Amino acid sequence: MAGLATSLGAGAATNSLSQMPDIDTLFLFGSNPTEAHPIVSIYLKQALRKGAKLVVGDPRQTWMARRADVWLNLNPGSNIALLNGIIHVILKKGWENKEFIKNRTEGFNELKKKVKEYTPEKVEKITGVSKERIIEAARLYSQADKAMIVYGLGVTEHQTGTENSMAIANLALVCGHIGRPSTGIMALRGQNNVQGSSDLGPLPATLPGYQSVTDPKLRAKFEQAWGVSLSPEIGLKSVEMLDKAIEKRFKGLFILGEDPAQTDPNAHEVRKALESLEFLVVQDIFHTETSKYAHVILPGASYAEKDGTFTNGERRVQRIRKAIEPVAGMAEWQVICEIATRMGYSMHYEHPSEIMDEIASLVPIYGGISYERLENESLQWPCPDKDHPGTTTLYTDLFSRPGGLAKFMALDHKGPGEKTNREYPLTLITGRVREHYNNGSMTRRVPEILEVRPEELLEMSSEDAKKLKISNGDMVKVLSKRGKIKVRVKITDRSQKGNVFLTFHFPDALTNLLTSEHRDPITGTPEYKACAVKVEK
Amino acid sequence: MTENNLKVTINGREVLCSRNETILDAARKADVNIPTLCYDDRLEPYGGCRLCIVEIKDVPRPVPACTTRVKDGWEVLTETVEVRRMRKNILSLLLSNHPNDCMRCEATGNCALQTYSYEYGVDGDRFAGESWNLPIKDDNPFIVYDPNKCILCGRCVRICNDVVMAGTIEMTGRGFDSKPDTSFGKPRTLDNCEFCGQCVSTCPTGALIDKKGCGKGRAYEMKKVKTTCSYCGTGCSYYLNVKEGEVIKVTSDYEGPVNKGNLCIKGRYGYDFIHSPERITTPIIRKGDKQVEATWDEALDLIAKRFGEILEKSGPSALGGFSSARCSNEENYLLSKLVRTVFKSNNVDCCARV
Ligand code: SF4
Ligand code: SF4
Ligand code: SF4
Repeated sequence: MAGLATSLGAGAATNSLSQMPDIDTLFLFGSNPTEAHPIVSIYLKQALRKGAKLVVGDPRQTWMARRADVWLNLNPGSNIALLNGIIHVILKKGWENKEFIKNRTEGFNELKKKVKEYTPEKVEKITGVSKERIIEAARLYSQADKAMIVYGLGVTEHQTGTENSMAIANLALVCGHIGRPSTGIMALRGQNNVQGSSDLGPLPATLPGYQSVTDPKLRAKFEQAWGVSLSPEIGLKSVEMLDKAIEKRFKGLFILGEDPAQTDPNAHEVRKALESLEFLVVQDIFHTETSKYAHVILPGASYAEKDGTFTNGERRVQRIRKAIEPVAGMAEWQVICEIATRMGYSMHYEHPSEIMDEIASLVPIYGGISYERLENESLQWPCPDKDHPGTTTLYTDLFSRPGGLAKFMALDHKGPGEKTNREYPLTLITGRVREHYNNGSMTRRVPEILEVRPEELLEMSSEDAKKLKISNGDMVKVLSKRGKIKVRVKITDRSQKGNVFLTFHFPDALTNLLTSEHRDPITGTPEYKACAVKVEK
Repeated sequence: MTENNLKVTINGREVLCSRNETILDAARKADVNIPTLCYDDRLEPYGGCRLCIVEIKDVPRPVPACTTRVKDGWEVLTETVEVRRMRKNILSLLLSNHPNDCMRCEATGNCALQTYSYEYGVDGDRFAGESWNLPIKDDNPFIVYDPNKCILCGRCVRICNDVVMAGTIEMTGRGFDSKPDTSFGKPRTLDNCEFCGQCVSTCPTGALIDKKGCGKGRAYEMKKVKTTCSYCGTGCSYYLNVKEGEVIKVTSDYEGPVNKGNLCIKGRYGYDFIHSPERITTPIIRKGDKQVEATWDEALDLIAKRFGEILEKSGPSALGGFSSARCSNEENYLLSKLVRTVFKSNNVDCCARV
């Protein structure tokens, strides 16, 4: 999301889900919504039934790719080259929106110079997508009236993830496809509250609401509200905390509701770091790989046991409501207050609604949000005051960057951090299936779901299977430089030759023992979407 | 946007409508309830069940409200003796071969056929019609299908094909024998079905039932708590149905601003983890190699003491917190506040911002 923030101003989707049925050209990039976001896919399918054109950028032949007018079957990790190539074609043919570029953007000349190098011929070589398809995609997208780019983790979970998002912003800006209903960029996020958790500031460089910790005025506002002086220094990112833990320079950690020992692509290193900590507190609803290293484990409350809010991928703030008592007696918000108070800082709220009131007083984009309003209204931020109806479409006149202009970013193709070679000839792409979720700790505890989807399956093309003399249902070993796992094979035309696919929902086939240590240097997001592996019987 | 410039009255109440709106839409604006069986907001109007017929002044024959677009000046009457008689006939016909099973049917209290039969005073005349005796299909973990209770409204087939686009079920057979079913009557498996339960959510009778909630309580016994799905970032809303402190099932929130009642397999059926016996129910403290149960006070005191010691000995840079994209806004805010005010650093981050 840092990508969109750099280019446009805010790290958030520009439009609303309910605008999707009116799209007339959909550009779906690195996202498989029929599996990972089934209800978003219902909206998109509505658009398709109404005749929308469809361009899909995905190395896998997904449900949507199969129905696409143009399927850009790019090599994993070649997103920037492909997008540069599409922009190259658009500029060459004069399909860009000159008015928009002139009035609402800056940095166009740098972009223009950069994409000049990315001729369709060159891009075909890098991406594996034929020149004709690149030109056709450029035509369909640029000529559309209501064009929306919907992208997913196939874009962000690369070492160039942030740049990939910027490249997407470049494409939308060149065509002026942003700032109107059903026209913009929607990023589909993995977990339920990624948006809210970014908004509300468990981030080392920003106070809640993307307010920089290095800005003395903003700090002063929080210092006054919280009654303490705040550190002006940017904090450590999660990866840095773990690295320093191994060096014994970082000692005490509170992990709320996460399981990095399983979900981090560099599971070995994470475990070493956790082991090195002097004191680790983990709060979760289940025992996890991570909680094995804890000095204290605190029981968490599930979403059914507490009041609160989540912010979805279209910036909509919605309530969760307490349906039953917390099984262990306390919810997380109460526990945090207790710890703070016992450490000498008195923290007390009668109800989570009071926490939201405090958020509203400090975070301008949430300024008008209260539990009372959420009883009768549905609000999307920015919602700066209590009479503001919320915002369905961002950037209708100004971008939220200084000066109000969007910025083009000239970007180069770098490719994935780890490339295939003779020993590890296949690219492993990881992702989700509809039935399960993340580390599976919740969905594997639903007996009926486990009954229909009991185990990990390695998806492989029939060509590769034939070459390796593997048949459907065989147990195989998948090996990378870092580790190996055993899984059953499913032969499917969803995988193209040279690519295999695994999820990360099953702890007994720990996919993240295989994935690479490369990360996006800006966000720290791991490169889950491409690493080199081999498959053996 | 089409303009609201057509004046229509529903039972004498005047409302303004656009030319895209149907009589049913207009009636809703006027707060007038028209009975429907084959209608669902999520589907294209179908006009199959004829229950929504209404009379219009100076229009010779009654028309279905769900498929008829309004015209300026129409005076619509929804409760005339004639339309009530016609509705009663339709309901009698449906009941004539409907199993007389309400007392133990899972849908009781939540069945449109039952509700309207009550409202219109219709009895099931069991001997009038030819009745089916088809086997109940219970061939998968999520959905039970009793074809005998099907009133052929077609909603399940339409939602599965037009909304989900899964193509799992179709109308098979003809006339009296026609029934919604999977092709060749094959069991529902992941190969042909998404197990999203959308078909169940739209079925107006007890023909399609969520197996997981079977026998666990009547609709009226449940406390319904509106909440937001905790799986993916789409943010679908739904109702947790709670009985005696236990989440029994999930039902659709048709007013949900994001999903309008639509849900996927995880949202609709993925709630069992809440009551899993593997939940951590008490704080645990590591003593040597063992992790032993503790009280909240013991655990919280120990945390305050140990974090306090590290802070004193090694300074703010040695302490930090990870928050989660799974936690609520309020929790994320508070964790960030804890780290900044108490740990006195800005070492707070999400593990993986995906
Ligand atoms: S569960 Fe979903 S996919 Fe399966 S038959 Fe019902 S509507 Fe179709
Ligand atoms: S099974 Fe239910 S939804 Fe489907 S046609 Fe029969 S009554 Fe209608
Ligand atoms: S119901 Fe499905 S699509 Fe909707 S939020 Fe939950 S997991 Fe996502």
